[in-house]
Amino acid sequence: MNSLLERIIRLRWWILIFLAIIAFTIFAGDFRQDPTTAILAATLRHSTPLVLGALCGMLCERSGVINIGIEGQMLMSAFVGFTVTAATSSLYLGVAAGLACGMLMGAALGGLTVSLQGDQIIAGTVLNIFALGLTSFLYTPGETIHSKTPRINVGPLADIPVIGKIFFANQPITYLSLLLVAVIWYALFKTTWGLRTRAIGEHPSAAETVGVSVAKMRYLNLIIGGGIAGLAGAYLSLEAVGSFERGMTNGKGFVALAVMIFGRWNPVGAWGAALLFGYTNAIQTQFQFRGWLTGHPQFIGMIPFIVTIVVLAGFVGRARPPAAIGQPYTRE
Amino acid sequence: MNNQQAPLALEAVGICKSFGPLVANDEVNLQVEKGQIHALLGENGAGKSTLVNILFGLYKADEGEVRVAGEKVEMNSPHDAIEHKIGMVHQHFQLVPVLTVTENIVLGDEPTKKGGVLDFEKAAQEVEELGKRYGLEVDPRAVVEDLPIGYQQRVEILRSLYRQADVLILDEPTAVLTPQETDHLLEVLRSLTAEGVSIIFITHKLREVLAIADKVTVMRRGEVVGVTDPKETNEEGLAEMMVGRSVVLRIAKSEATPGNTVLSIKELNVLDDRNQSALKDFSLDVKEGEIFGIAGVEGNGQRELVEAITGLRPLVSGSILMGEKEMSGCSAREISEEGISHIPENREKHGLVGPHSVADNLVLNRYFHSPFAARGIRQTAAINEEASHLVEKFDVRTASIHNPARTLSGGNKQKVIAARELSHDSSLLLAAQPTRGIDVGSIEFIHQQLVNARDAGVAVLLVSAELDEILSLSDRVGVIYQGKLVAIAPTDEFTRIQIGQLMTSGNS
Repeated sequence: MNSLLERIIRLRWWILIFLAIIAFTIFAGDFRQDPTTAILAATLRHSTPLVLGALCGMLCERSGVINIGIEGQMLMSAFVGFTVTAATSSLYLGVAAGLACGMLMGAALGGLTVSLQGDQIIAGTVLNIFALGLTSFLYTPGETIHSKTPRINVGPLADIPVIGKIFFANQPITYLSLLLVAVIWYALFKTTWGLRTRAIGEHPSAAETVGVSVAKMRYLNLIIGGGIAGLAGAYLSLEAVGSFERGMTNGKGFVALAVMIFGRWNPVGAWGAALLFGYTNAIQTQFQFRGWLTGHPQFIGMIPFIVTIVVLAGFVGRARPPAAIGQPYTRE
Repeated sequence: MNNQQAPLALEAVGICKSFGPLVANDEVNLQVEKGQIHALLGENGAGKSTLVNILFGLYKADEGEVRVAGEKVEMNSPHDAIEHKIGMVHQHFQLVPVLTVTENIVLGDEPTKKGGVLDFEKAAQEVEELGKRYGLEVDPRAVVEDLPIGYQQRVEILRSLYRQADVLILDEPTAVLTPQETDHLLEVLRSLTAEGVSIIFITHKLREVLAIADKVTVMRRGEVVGVTDPKETNEEGLAEMMVGRSVVLRIAKSEATPGNTVLSIKELNVLDDRNQSALKDFSLDVKEGEIFGIAGVEGNGQRELVEAITGLRPLVSGSILMGEKEMSGCSAREISEEGISHIPENREKHGLVGPHSVADNLVLNRYFHSPFAARGIRQTAAINEEASHLVEKFDVRTASIHNPARTLSGGNKQKVIAARELSHDSSLLLAAQPTRGIDVGSIEFIHQQLVNARDAGVAVLLVSAELDEILSLSDRVGVIYQGKLVAIAPTDEFTRIQIGQLMTSGNS
């Protein structure tokens, strides 16, 4: 009993937020099923790049490297994925190219922070500026692809009212992001790889003295994380929009960091946080649909960022980041 | 004698290691026989830690070789050392605070189920069995940061035993332990040698060397100055080898002539960082011209007491009188200006501003006063003159008074703090763990300064976890246990054992 009560107290903000979302969705949808389903389905879609970005940041920070270059990794991958698809007409080659590009960007961050022992904040900034500059320079307006990644219905599950449309009628990267949340949670907390990753993010010299190579593990995490950010980029250009635009990540890489912190460096927590942010994005559409604040679209666009600030300032409380983040590790 | 044919468990031959211009190890040889406890004795900076870090693969030797069981091995990383069954218990524990005991012990060598999945239950069981077998019981599921220091050390030792270490290196293992915990550790080490484990035991405590070592190698300034059998020497002999001159281990001091009460604490209640009661109705008087020693296991309210007196921690209730003046509620500077000098427990964090120069640190409690400042402008010439004077008077070894304070050795840092605090015109000196982790030569010097201050009529409140220090310096001793003074008496009315018992159980 006691522990149940404690759990409820610990989760009180989540419960509050959840109830508020339900209430608002029902209100906004006027009890009609379709708009409600639409909002919730959009919530999941909008949360996809955020949760992927957060997973990337989480792998990096759990291993001791701050990655503020997620934005750049996503943007670059969105561009590369789009360009490859435009050239080959294959969406899956495009997604694979985005993934590979993200991994390369992750390796680049590793080169700057692990091998060269550079400042991690500056290294991440370098990635962001590099990606924004290079994609803007190489982008040819007017280039198009013919389709987006297709929606896949999961057999009869997709026919379940409301839930089916929300969870079982999505596009591939969205499914993949849900799978990754589970896989990374399991990997981080149940496998030796996860134990070593958490150890080097907390106390790298302790791990080194028992024969765990800090440099190797950090590279590994940065490259896997980069790949996940690459998927987020491919999601933006190939799954959500179907084209590339300059600066199309529009701050999502940074919101992903907020999502990661709000989720307390835990994949499941981050997923919940990403859904909250995805929801704020989804109701923008609802606002427009209902004609609220139409004279001031910039205010509607601000909603996700205001939520970011409020959440980080107000609700995060005493989340404890991995102890060794931000510090280059040297053996001597 | 020993079997001459048996290869040595571990041998270092002609090890040289330099850090820039500093020669840390110069042609160092070390021979550890199987099943022996080999003490490595030396002052701070003598090169002991450098040597064992080379043996453990953390540093790479410039020259020389390491032999395990008679064969030359390459030590490029701790991984190599572990492969050769060498384990190390580090001075600063190499444990991940947020992980469990079991996770810390198996890290890097984890029992797994299929696909790299950690078999936590099996690991926890192994840890439990290992602990029982060696008398190092510790809850395998506890989170390391919640454990007391003594238990964290058990985890460190178990980690090496889990890897079936044949050679166990312990770097200053007793520095953090109470006398009872130390005794227990020494017992455990002896039982390990009975199983054939060889032990390298680094320390600068002479009594422990004599109590446990089968052989001792003494280092000074990067060189081995002697290898000896502890049975053939004594504390004085070892100290002389270690320091290179004869050392006064017990400060000669005359009878105290206590005068008026300087500090009077009444019914003090203070909370610790977690808002738990740290001091409970704590009362104490310290008179001018006496050294009052507070003995106790760390974490029994000593830190909170010192912080309360110096104005760094708010009082819940009670009063602190300096002479006739009530100090509770005064700011730290007001208290300092009232004549309280403070040698803080954590010299790096609270005693010095590391990046600032030695000179600036020497006037840290007076920089705003004439002659060091005039109308808000710092008077560099006066500061430098005072600094040069103090550096000479207190024998601070630094290339220049303009070097950053953090570049000094531990002993010299402590001398800077002592110089600053003792040259402050004060009637009370608070010395918290004043000789922790510094070399014998500096300890002797600091002890002499405390006695000199006493003889000049200063009231000295000495807080120390080193029982020897308390016993040799104090005129009166109070034992603190769980935030209360459980006993107060003149020093010669206590025995070592009585105080040890009072420290750990609150009654004798």
